[in-house]
Amino acid sequence: MSAVAHIARAVNAGRTSALSAAHEAARLLRKADADGLNATLHWSEDLLRGEAARVDAHVGAGHAMLPLAGVPVAIKDNIVTTEQPTTCGSRILEGYVSPFNATAIERLRAAGAMVAAKSNLDEFAMGSSTEHSAFGRVRNPIDHERVPGGSSGGSAALVAAGVVPAALGSETGGSVRQPASFCGVVGVKPSYGRVSRFGLVAFGSSLDCISVFGERVDDAARVLAAISGHDPHDATTADRPPLELDGPRRDLRGLIFGLPKEYFPADLDPGVRAGVERTIGAIRDLGGSVKDVTLPHSKYAVPTYYIIAPAEAAANLARYDGVRYGVRRVGPEGDVRALYRATRGQGFGAEVRRRILIGTYVLSSGYYEAYYGKAQQVRAAIARDFQLAFTAQGADFLLTPTTPTPAFRAGEKTDDPVAMYLADIFVCAVSLAGLPAMSLPVGRSAGLPVGAQIIAPMFEEARMLGVASALEAVVPAAGEVR
Amino acid sequence: MSWETVIGLEVHVQLLTRTKMFCGCPNRFGAEPNTLVCPVCLGLPGALPVPNAHAIRLAARAALALGCTVHGRSVFARKNYFYPDLPKGYQISQFDRPLATGGHVDLDSPERGRISVGITRLHVEEDAGKSIHDRIPGRTAIDLNRAGTPLAEIVSEPELRSPAEARAYLTVLKQILLYTGVSDCNMEEGSLRVDANISIRPEGATALGTKTEVKNMNSFGNVERALEAERQRQIALVEAGGRIEQVTMLFNAGSGEVRPMRSKEESHDYRYFPDPDLPPLVLTPQWIVEQQTALPELPDAKRDRLQREYGLPVYDAKVLCSERPLADYFEAVVRAGAEPKAAANWIMGEALAGYNETAVFAVEPARLAALIELVKEGTVSHQAAKRVYPELAGNGDSPKAVAERLGLIQVADTDALGRWVDEVLTAHPSEVARFKAGEAKLMGFFVGQVMRKSQGKADPKGVQPVLQERLSK
Repeated sequence: MSAVAHIARAVNAGRTSALSAAHEAARLLRKADADGLNATLHWSEDLLRGEAARVDAHVGAGHAMLPLAGVPVAIKDNIVTTEQPTTCGSRILEGYVSPFNATAIERLRAAGAMVAAKSNLDEFAMGSSTEHSAFGRVRNPIDHERVPGGSSGGSAALVAAGVVPAALGSETGGSVRQPASFCGVVGVKPSYGRVSRFGLVAFGSSLDCISVFGERVDDAARVLAAISGHDPHDATTADRPPLELDGPRRDLRGLIFGLPKEYFPADLDPGVRAGVERTIGAIRDLGGSVKDVTLPHSKYAVPTYYIIAPAEAAANLARYDGVRYGVRRVGPEGDVRALYRATRGQGFGAEVRRRILIGTYVLSSGYYEAYYGKAQQVRAAIARDFQLAFTAQGADFLLTPTTPTPAFRAGEKTDDPVAMYLADIFVCAVSLAGLPAMSLPVGRSAGLPVGAQIIAPMFEEARMLGVASALEAVVPAAGEVR
Repeated sequence: MSWETVIGLEVHVQLLTRTKMFCGCPNRFGAEPNTLVCPVCLGLPGALPVPNAHAIRLAARAALALGCTVHGRSVFARKNYFYPDLPKGYQISQFDRPLATGGHVDLDSPERGRISVGITRLHVEEDAGKSIHDRIPGRTAIDLNRAGTPLAEIVSEPELRSPAEARAYLTVLKQILLYTGVSDCNMEEGSLRVDANISIRPEGATALGTKTEVKNMNSFGNVERALEAERQRQIALVEAGGRIEQVTMLFNAGSGEVRPMRSKEESHDYRYFPDPDLPPLVLTPQWIVEQQTALPELPDAKRDRLQREYGLPVYDAKVLCSERPLADYFEAVVRAGAEPKAAANWIMGEALAGYNETAVFAVEPARLAALIELVKEGTVSHQAAKRVYPELAGNGDSPKAVAERLGLIQVADTDALGRWVDEVLTAHPSEVARFKAGEAKLMGFFVGQVMRKSQGKADPKGVQPVLQERLSK
């Protein structure tokens, strides 16, 4: 049984209390902080006790069972909560406390979960290593010299370290799947529109998805189900009921997994390749089959992503101007332009400034068609590729490596933004297409976790999670791949 | 050289919704600063816009009333610029896929007779907040109550040819918008705002000259004045050998002058792109037909009908249709039994004067109709009725009862009339002599004097025979 299911069952049955789960979470958080993971930004035992009291009162009153009763969940610090600050890992929002909760937070609480901590992230979710936080880098619990991936590195690290069984992250171009792979946990990105973005601080609005980490597939699935569903506060949520999970699946009979050849380049890390091959073996063992497919436009995914996401980000981050909230710096000239320059120039880190500049450039008069207009066309072509793979090419799911390499060393790519961006080469096409996808830990290479990515057709999360749990049962996540 | 003026107008109107364009905050003028705000209209991190269906409905109705095609698919776009009263750093507007395009406003030009001015487009957007520069010395205060108020922007083709035409266009446009109930069009409260583009070219030329934009005009009169000033400035500049620069001019109502805005304040690259928070706005053909059906009779159609149905002169029909309540009141008075032309006269005179002051009609249609009937049947004179009218306001008394109370019931009794006639003839011996010497037109004078003497109570139809009789003696 998954940790989430175990805790919820025990708390609902009164065998244990949410309060004792909260104390245990606090103990583990303290330990993680003491170990120097730097994965948390805000948490307190008092707040955890408050969360627990709410759950225990509900259970004690004999109300309906809560699917996540007493489950501590870490929350990426770009999802707003009223009881802790929400900083987005940025100086510009240092100390900012939201007057409202994200819809996902309201739904987690309604399901009985407890907000355990706000987790560290790349500033405004821009990065692939969680080295771009204004509050310091997060360490990979498996090897502190390595990055946990990003941008949801804090949430990934807390799950990998066993502090919480599940956590919320956010994806714009792979920011949950990639760190899940680096940290050896499960990372699930839902279909765009499956989970409300209300209360997720916007980065690239047409791409942003609140996504979920879990120790195991079932942990992530239960949390995802709880936060999914239409939200009247988000006009881009799909008008669908909340996700209903399929029962556990024991075999993969009749299912065809497409292997897109563009995702298996010659220079793919051998350990990663071995991990995926081991997964292919497991698929066959369970009665499924694989076939080669092609996604010819995926090779343009990274450049396309780095036009669309920064364009949207440049507009989304315009509100941090020092006028209404957050940090304000007054420039030497004393006028409002100087206030903007000083506030934004000092408040944002280098990577955020770089993306705002890129985004402003690609939308500017005379360049729009060549960059943003063209990128939209390529985005449509990328999405069409996936659709064809699931129809004309006959695949039920696609299987790829999640990342080209296992976790890299801290500092290795910080001076080379393009090398950093390429860490997302296998994950960002899916984001552009809006599809559900996940990273499943499939073994270790020289001690470092390797992840396989499963990609599903739009709104097929339930089937994808069922398939993943069947694979999880036979592929040893902690075993060496060679 | 003779110059032709070319003017196009951009009109922003606030839509009469209960709540704002993308959130549930009240859409209301005049509240304490920053009290009608929420995370969405404050642009707080994580907040998202959700379109107000009623705002879309009103904008579509305005578009249909202007003869535009309302599109089944339009797209919200972000217009990016930094300004302290713009909370998100962008305004949600529409750009290359507006709600509606291709309409027209028909109007009587003071110079060219009946003309039709093209409407390029109508789109929906949100208003910004307000920067207040005179409240705190040395600082700018910001009130975000207005941020997120729904607006329709209505852009005309450059088909207006004079400042007076621009004013006439605005008058008709406002009339249509008020008829459709889309906006209260209150310029003082900023619910209707006008920006103008103006250029000049030699008479007969077809290419457009370089245009300037004129802003800061808070009344239709000031639009006309500002455009006149800008036209004169452009002509003088070109005739002196200068060149028009594409600038924004601000009108100063105090001095009646226009002056260029500092160039730093303009030259924006707005970097429009589709707002990813809002899916394309899809309207079904059936929904669009429903909005068309929901439109009231518009001023032009009503004017034609009033002429046709009630035999009213053009002038009367035009005055009565200038505002929908006026025409509605007229028809109610006629339905209550009044003769249409008499009703029109009363409404354009007495009733309109009161309505202009108080925005209500003080006398119910049935009682005005009854008063008109008293005149028609000769119970009170027209003059006397004008004294009865103001006494009808604020009570439910019948016109007849009021006339009786004021002693204004007409006297047709020959004896009583004879006494007034005798007094008048005695008082004017020289006129009597002239009449008798053949100056027949003095009869009118005598009738008038008798009416005056009787304080309007004498029945004019009875006065003349008595006068004839006395004067022929």
